[in-house]
Amino acid sequence: MTGLAAAASQTSTGEAVQFWLLGIVAVIGALSTVLMKKAVHSALSLAGTMIVLAVFYLANGAYFLGIVQIVVYTGAIMMLFLFVVMLVGVTAADSLKETLKGQRWLAAGCGLGFGVLLIAGIGNASLNSFNGLGTANTEHGGNVEGLASLIFTKYVFAFEITGALLITATVGAMVLTHRERTERAKNQREMSEERVRGKQLPPLPAPGVYARHNAVDIPGLLPDGTPSELTVMQTLRNRGQIRDVSNESLDQLKALEQRSGERLGRDNEEEEVAK
Amino acid sequence: MENLIALLVAAPLLGAAVLLCGGRRLDRAGHWIGTLLAAASFVVGVVLFLDMLGKGAEDRALHQKLFSWIPVEGFQADVAFQLDQLSMTFVLLITGVGTLIHIYSIGYMEHDERRRRFFGYLNLFLAAMLILVIADNYLLLYVGWEGVGLASYLLIGFWQHKPSAATAAKKAFLVNRVGDMGLSIAIMLMFTTFGTFAFGPVLEATGETGEGKLTAIGLMLLLAACGKSAQVPLQSWLGDAMEGPTPVSALIHAATMVTAGVYLIVRSGAIFNAAPDAQLVVVVVGAVTLLFGAIVGCAKDDIKKALAGSTMSQIGYMILAAGLGPIGYVFAIMHLVTHGFFKAGLFLGAGSVMHGMNDEVDMRKFGGLRKYMPVTFITFGLGYLAIIGFPGLSGFFSKDKIIEAAFAKGGTEGWILGSVALLGAAITAFYMTRVMLLTFFGEKRWQPDAEGHEPHPHESPKSMTIPMIVLAFGSVFAGGFFSIGDRFLNWLEPVTGHSHGHAPVSATTVTAATMVVLVIGVAIAWAMYGRKPVPVVAPRGSLLTRAARRDLLQDDFNHVVLVRGGEHLTRSLVYVDHTLVDGVVNGTAASMGGLSGRLRKLQNGYARSYAVSMFGGTAVLIAATLLMRAV
Amino acid sequence: MNPVNYLYLAALLFTIGAAGVLIRRNAIVVFMCVELMLNACNLAFVTFSRMHGNLDGQIIAFFTMVVAAAEVVVGLAIIVSVFRSRHSASVDDASLMKL
Repeated sequence: MTGLAAAASQTSTGEAVQFWLLGIVAVIGALSTVLMKKAVHSALSLAGTMIVLAVFYLANGAYFLGIVQIVVYTGAIMMLFLFVVMLVGVTAADSLKETLKGQRWLAAGCGLGFGVLLIAGIGNASLNSFNGLGTANTEHGGNVEGLASLIFTKYVFAFEITGALLITATVGAMVLTHRERTERAKNQREMSEERVRGKQLPPLPAPGVYARHNAVDIPGLLPDGTPSELTVMQTLRNRGQIRDVSNESLDQLKALEQRSGERLGRDNEEEEVAK
Repeated sequence: MENLIALLVAAPLLGAAVLLCGGRRLDRAGHWIGTLLAAASFVVGVVLFLDMLGKGAEDRALHQKLFSWIPVEGFQADVAFQLDQLSMTFVLLITGVGTLIHIYSIGYMEHDERRRRFFGYLNLFLAAMLILVIADNYLLLYVGWEGVGLASYLLIGFWQHKPSAATAAKKAFLVNRVGDMGLSIAIMLMFTTFGTFAFGPVLEATGETGEGKLTAIGLMLLLAACGKSAQVPLQSWLGDAMEGPTPVSALIHAATMVTAGVYLIVRSGAIFNAAPDAQLVVVVVGAVTLLFGAIVGCAKDDIKKALAGSTMSQIGYMILAAGLGPIGYVFAIMHLVTHGFFKAGLFLGAGSVMHGMNDEVDMRKFGGLRKYMPVTFITFGLGYLAIIGFPGLSGFFSKDKIIEAAFAKGGTEGWILGSVALLGAAITAFYMTRVMLLTFFGEKRWQPDAEGHEPHPHESPKSMTIPMIVLAFGSVFAGGFFSIGDRFLNWLEPVTGHSHGHAPVSATTVTAATMVVLVIGVAIAWAMYGRKPVPVVAPRGSLLTRAARRDLLQDDFNHVVLVRGGEHLTRSLVYVDHTLVDGVVNGTAASMGGLSGRLRKLQNGYARSYAVSMFGGTAVLIAATLLMRAV
Repeated sequence: MNPVNYLYLAALLFTIGAAGVLIRRNAIVVFMCVELMLNACNLAFVTFSRMHGNLDGQIIAFFTMVVAAAEVVVGLAIIVSVFRSRHSASVDDASLMKL
């Protein structure tokens, strides 16, 4: 950021150091965006890269853009991404295993060729004239003022149109995510009335409270050992999928007694007689 | 006066429209309407004729332009009429004979429940034929040409419930199409050559045009004439056309429509004069048909078919004369007019005979009818004498002139043509005498038919006999009236031109020779059919007789060459189509299908896969850009 | 150091982003990679702005950001609604557009 007013075809050593250090960080961030398995990690890596880019904007004399990059991109857009990741959650799509045949090789080939061509193109281009932004930034009394004067004069129509675009995008997002209600929402009064109107005022007992099993299809046992229908949800009750386990524990107890009796060599006959 | 020309056509056209669109409510008056309108047309024609007689020879031609038909830059077709002496002759013949035959048909078709329709068709024919002869350009002539073809088709097939009539109508129509094709090609050639169709400019421009083109046009016109006038090689339809009602045979297939070819050739005389090769072909066609028709006429036992052969032969005379150039044009037309009288009379006589004989047509079952139908006998007999060229009657003058003109052609050609014409005259005498003897003389040979009804020959009603009598008058006196003082020659010469040629033999010699061959022909016929009784069942006959009974194998020839040839051609074309064309088409489709079957695997639906393609494409574009910059 | 190096960095980031788009199946990550590509472009724009000594490049970068924001809003909304109906955020699962 130093000495930009006198920018020539070479930048200062400080900027060079900054470029090489942060450039590596940016590339690593980009690579991890692509290669990280979890979308959250990708998003965070991308945010890092974007912050580095913000620094580079500042270094290139684009002060306004540098700040906007941090505030809008890193602060708003990336957080939006994180929100969506949270909404969508982890899916099979997160697997890095390729499913399309040859896709990875084609992508690698194309990417490599494209990158080489791009870099060769930049290398070939005669980019020696290097003016720096000194005069441009100071002409209107600063970078922000300079941009403002351009936006509101030369690019005013583009600016208006992007405004319209943003509105449209907002409306579009609302339309896309909006779910049509099929019936009127109940207000608080109706909800409370509905609740009192039922047979059971207090909350329903949890299933399997007094049972040995803690599953939804096993009714809780009342203190006298009989199962309580109320503890099983309506759907299962209607389907008749309730598992009655009230006798199961007694049978198990009996089997245990028999096994221990056999083991102890106790005669079973008297029991049978007793029966 | 010019305005009357359109009236000539308008009257029968109105009749056709009224009769054909009018429906059943006109059934009772239909024949009167048709006859009156035909007569009206005749009256108009006579008025125009008298007016024309009052003018000098050079300004007799009348022109009337009705409207511009196809007004396009560089392509002007008008509905315009031209009435000169040649057209006038035809107008009088068509409307005159036409009116007579309308009258005859009132009696002849009395018991036919579709009589109104018949008169509608007859009126349609008259209108079309009049358009044909008074059109002032070839395109309008073509309209009339097709119109008479249509009317002919409708009338031949009038008794369409008979399969033979339906087939005959179809055959006539199809064979005529070949000729019509020739006319349309000729018209196209004319347009490309002269840039117009009108008679005046076309015929004046023949002097500056190459002979090759004129020969082509001439040959195409000849093809058209062959189709309409039943000349070899398109002659086969005329015999079958006798399936139509007899008045139709008389009007269309004897007196008027079949002469349209002669009209066409005479009208286009300037073209033929400038194209000697085409003219030679015309003469050859005429000479061949002359003999062909005559030979066929000798062998037929069907009275109408014998007369049809005779018609073919007589038109052969006319075409021959027309092919001789200015020597013969006038005589072609003169023979045409006299032939119109006596042949119409003969056909009406034949119709009258059939009317009295329960529609029997086999001459071997007639015999001795002169006692039963005297009027028919006399009128038919006068027609007979006229056609064989009995001295003093119409045919004598007109045919004699043609034979003279043929000799006057000069050189070897002249001798050959003259001899052919003489031979034709002998054969004509033979077969006409045969018809006469078989029908009216000898013992009565008719027998009860299958249901036991014996025919009771009787004279026909007045409406039929009067036209026959009128036509008989024409047959007797027309030729003499035309020839004495060269009336007809002077009348037509301004239009067709005339030259006398240089006859190698004197006119008297020719006449004498004609008389001699006539006597020979009649004598042979008498020897064969007059002296001894005629067998009811035809004897097997010689090879030539049997061939002639089969129309000299014309249908067999057509069948073998055209039908079979066409079948083979289509079969091979179908084969080529199935293997080669379909092979190419199906092969293309199959290879495309196979290719797309492979290509569609690229469309796997995965967005990432498409993205790779886009990305690769971008890379290629960048590479290309860099490469172009490097170069 | 020559500021052209910023361009090289931009090219590198862009390529990495593009490769990510092609490789990853999670639609959200694909989106992030698109953002990465956009950012790389922005870096290039800013660098060009500095090279040519005028602010137009920065303006373009600014507009890119606005458009990117709009795009993210709509894109994420689409992802959410797709996920809601298909219970999947994989771009490969939505592969009905084939024969």
